[in-house]
Amino acid sequence: MTIHDTKLSRRSLLQGTAGLIVAFYLPRIGKAEAATDEGAAFAPNAFVRVAPDNTVTVLAKHIEMGQGPYTGLTTIVAEEMDADWSQMRAEGAPANNKLYNNLAFGPIQGTGGSTAIANSFDQLRKAGATARAMLVQAAAESWNVAPAEIAVERGVVRHAKSGRQTTFGQLAQAAAKLPVPQNVVLKKPEDFKLIGKEGVVTRLDIPSKTNGTAQFTIDIHEPNMLTVVVAHPPRFGGKAAKVDDSEARKIAGVVDVKTLPSGVAVYATSMWPAIKGREALKIEWDDSAAEKRGSAQLLAEYRALAQKPGAIAGKSGDADAALAKAGKVVEAEYVFPYLAHGPMEPLDAYLLWDGQQAHARYGCQFQTVDQGAIAGILGLKPEQVKIDMLLAGGSFGRRAQANAQLVAELANVAKAIGPGKPVKLVFTREDDIQGGYYRPMFVHRMRGAVADGKIVAWSDTVVGQSFMAGSAFEAMIKDGIDPTMVEGSRKLLYDIADFQCDVHTTKVGIPTLWWRSVGHTHTGYAVETFVDELLQSAGKDPVAGRLEMLGESKRAAGVLRAVADLAKWSGPEPVNGRARGVAVVESFGTFVAQIAEVSAGNGDGPHVHKVWCAVDCGVAINPDVIRAQMEGGIGYGLGHILFAEVPIDGGRPVPKNFDTYRSLRINEMPEVEVTIVASSEKPSGVGEPGVPPVGPAVANAMARLGHERPRQLPFVRATA
Amino acid sequence: MAKYSISVNGQTHHVDVLPDTPLLWVIRDSLQFTGTKFGCGIAQCGACTVFLNGQPTRSCQTAISDVGDSKITTIEGVASKEAKAVQAAWVAHQVPQCGYCQSGQIMSAVALLTDNKKPTDSDIDDAMSGNLCRCATYVRIRAAIHDAAKSLEG
Repeated sequence: MTIHDTKLSRRSLLQGTAGLIVAFYLPRIGKAEAATDEGAAFAPNAFVRVAPDNTVTVLAKHIEMGQGPYTGLTTIVAEEMDADWSQMRAEGAPANNKLYNNLAFGPIQGTGGSTAIANSFDQLRKAGATARAMLVQAAAESWNVAPAEIAVERGVVRHAKSGRQTTFGQLAQAAAKLPVPQNVVLKKPEDFKLIGKEGVVTRLDIPSKTNGTAQFTIDIHEPNMLTVVVAHPPRFGGKAAKVDDSEARKIAGVVDVKTLPSGVAVYATSMWPAIKGREALKIEWDDSAAEKRGSAQLLAEYRALAQKPGAIAGKSGDADAALAKAGKVVEAEYVFPYLAHGPMEPLDAYLLWDGQQAHARYGCQFQTVDQGAIAGILGLKPEQVKIDMLLAGGSFGRRAQANAQLVAELANVAKAIGPGKPVKLVFTREDDIQGGYYRPMFVHRMRGAVADGKIVAWSDTVVGQSFMAGSAFEAMIKDGIDPTMVEGSRKLLYDIADFQCDVHTTKVGIPTLWWRSVGHTHTGYAVETFVDELLQSAGKDPVAGRLEMLGESKRAAGVLRAVADLAKWSGPEPVNGRARGVAVVESFGTFVAQIAEVSAGNGDGPHVHKVWCAVDCGVAINPDVIRAQMEGGIGYGLGHILFAEVPIDGGRPVPKNFDTYRSLRINEMPEVEVTIVASSEKPSGVGEPGVPPVGPAVANAMARLGHERPRQLPFVRATA
Repeated sequence: MAKYSISVNGQTHHVDVLPDTPLLWVIRDSLQFTGTKFGCGIAQCGACTVFLNGQPTRSCQTAISDVGDSKITTIEGVASKEAKAVQAAWVAHQVPQCGYCQSGQIMSAVALLTDNKKPTDSDIDDAMSGNLCRCATYVRIRAAIHDAAKSLEG
C-alpha cells in the first residue's frame, strides 16, 4: 500500500520530519486497531482521539518505561490543540509500523536511542494542530462565523464577539465529518503555554504508580491462563539434551513441561508452582556448542588484541607519528565489564494464540521486530499478530531486543503447548541477571601526548563485541565497524590535531545488547578520564582546559560553562577532603556536563556527595521530566560504575540476583542539582544522556584525592 | 495444597495453595492484587513490601503457612494519615519513573513516618535502603518523605 492509494487520498496524510509520509488514518482499520477508541467521536489522525466526554487521548507510539514519553508526547499534542492539561490522556499505540513507525528508525516501530520526543515533535505538533483546526472549523460552521474569529484557550472554544463558547467534546461529532486540512499553521514557540513551562504539566502515569493500580505485564490474569517459567541453559549456546520432569509434574499446580529451543518450559496455574516445578527439573545440558571462556580469559585476549592496530573508525592527522615524536606518552588501559540491565520488572510477556491469530500484551519496545518474530514462529503473517503495548517496569535497553529474544521464547512457549491456551512467560531475577544480553565487555588502550599545555596526539584502540552483527540492525555496520561501539570515541568534541580511533570486533558466544546510553557507557568514561589525565599532566584546569579545546562544539562548551556556574567551580583540588571532577558528553544529540563532589569514603568506594548537571536537549518539552531523567541517569550510571559487574566463569555468569549484582541504594545516592540550558534547537532525548558523564566525573575527582582514576570497572570489585 | 484464611486489607480471604507459597504470590496470583510487586524473590529489593500487623515485611520471604491471623495490609489498603501524606508527597514531587518499585517504596516510607514523625536523612537511609529503585528516584523519595513529615506536623 502506498500513499498514492486512492482509497486513502480522502484523508489527510501527515508529514514527518524527514518529509516522509509517516501516518495516515484508515477509518476502518484504525477503528479496529486503536487500543481504546470506543466512544471516540473524533479521530482526525492516528494519534489523537477526542471523546464526547471532552477527554483527549493521545496514542503514544513509544513505550512508557519510566522516561516520561507518555507525558511528553501528550504535551506536544495538547500544546498545538490549546487543550487543558486536565483533559489529556495517553495510551499505548498498537503495533502498526505504517502508522506508528519511529521516524529515526525508518519503517520500524520501536523505542530506543532517546528518540521518542526527537522523532515525534514535528509529527505530533502537526497532529495536534490538525485536530485543533478541525474543531475550530466545526465551531465556525455551527455558529456561522469565520474561523479566524474563534479562539481556543485551555480546551474552551470561544467566539468573543457573540459570547458563545463550547468544548472539544461537544464539537467532536461535527468535526469528525469535516475534511482534514492539508496545511495547518503551527504555533510560534513564544506562544507555547505547556512546552517548556514549569508546573503546568504533571506526569500522566504518576497517580496510578502511587496507589498500586498501574497495570504492568506481570499483573495480567486471564481465565485459564498458564504462568510459564523456563529453565535456561547455564552456558550460552547450551541445549537441553535430556530432561527428567517426573518430580516437577508431581507438584500441585504444574500443568505441563515442554522442551523449547531456548530451554525447558514449566507451565503452571500460577507463579509459585512454576518456580518450584523448574527447581524440580533434572536436566542434562549439551554444552558442546556453548561459549566456555570466562571473563579473565576474554580479558587476556582483548588486552593482546589492543596492542595491535584495529579497523580505523576515526582519524585525522597522524597519531602514531605524533606519539612516536612526543617527549612523553601517557598511556592508560580501561577495562569495562559485562553489565546486566536489571529493570525492576523482570522480562515478561503474555500471548494468546488461537491457531489463526495471536494477541500479545507486554511492555513491547520493538513492535515491528517482535511482530515479525512471533509471526514467523507461529506461521502467521505479521498483521495477524496484534500487540498491545503495556507500561514496562524499566528497560534500560533490555526490552529492545534486536533478535526478539523474549517474544521468540514466548511464541515457542505457546506453540509447544498448542493453540487456545493463554500463556504468561515470566523471568525471575536470576533469569534476568544470568540471562545474557549484557552491555559488552570492552577494553580501551589509550595513548596521548601533550605539548605546550595542549593535547596534541590521541590514540584509542577499542576491543569488544558488536551486538548488531547478526541482528535486524546489521545494516548499521559500515566498513566492518559497528558505529555504536565507537560512538563518542571515533570523533571527539575536542580539537586534537593528530587523532586516531581504531576497533577490534571480537566474536564471543555471550549475547550482548545496548544498555542505557549504549557505546557512551564505555567511551564516555575512557575519553573523559583520559582527557582529564592529559589536562592534569599539562597543568590545566579541567574546565578551562576543556573549554580551550571545544572550539567547534559550542553546545558542549555551553553546558560546561553552565555546570561550572551552577557548582561555583573554583578548581578540582580538595577542600575539607572533598575534591571535584568534571565530564562532558554528547550522546543522542543531547549535551550533558556534570561536576561530582567526592570524598574518599570508608573503604567501600568513594563517597559521592553531590552532582551538578547541565543539560542542553534543544527545546525542553517537560522541564521536570528532564530533571528527573538527569537524576535517574546519574543514579543508574553511578551505581554501575561503582558496583556492577557480571563476571563470567567458564562460560557461566557468576552473579544471580541483587545480592551479588550490586545496585545503587538510597544511602549511596548523591544530591543532584540540574540546570537546563535554554535552546531553540530541535528537541533531543533525555532518557540516556544523563548516564555517561557521572562515572568519569567521579573518577576525575578521585584523581585529585590522590587515587588513580580507576582503570578497571567497577570501582568496588567483589571479585578483585 | 492446603487451605488458609488470611486477613488482607480488612477482609478475610480463603486460599488453597502450597504451604510454602510466599505471601507475595498469594497476594498477586490468588487474590490478584497488583500493587505488591515481584522484583527479586530473595528480600533484596523491597518491591514486595507489605505490612504484617503494621510492620513492613518482605512478602516474598514470608510463607503463607507462617502468616496465621496476622493482619496484612497492601498498598491497596493503606489509608492512615501517614499513607495519605506520603502518597500526596509522591505526586507532588513526581517521584515515580517506571513505577514498578514504588508500592514498596511507599510502604516503607509510610512505616517510617508512622514510627518517626521527623526522620533525618540518616533515618531515611536506614529505613529505605532495603528498597531498590533501578530508575534511581532516590533524590525525590528523600524530598517527598521530608515533605510528608512536614505536612503531618501541621
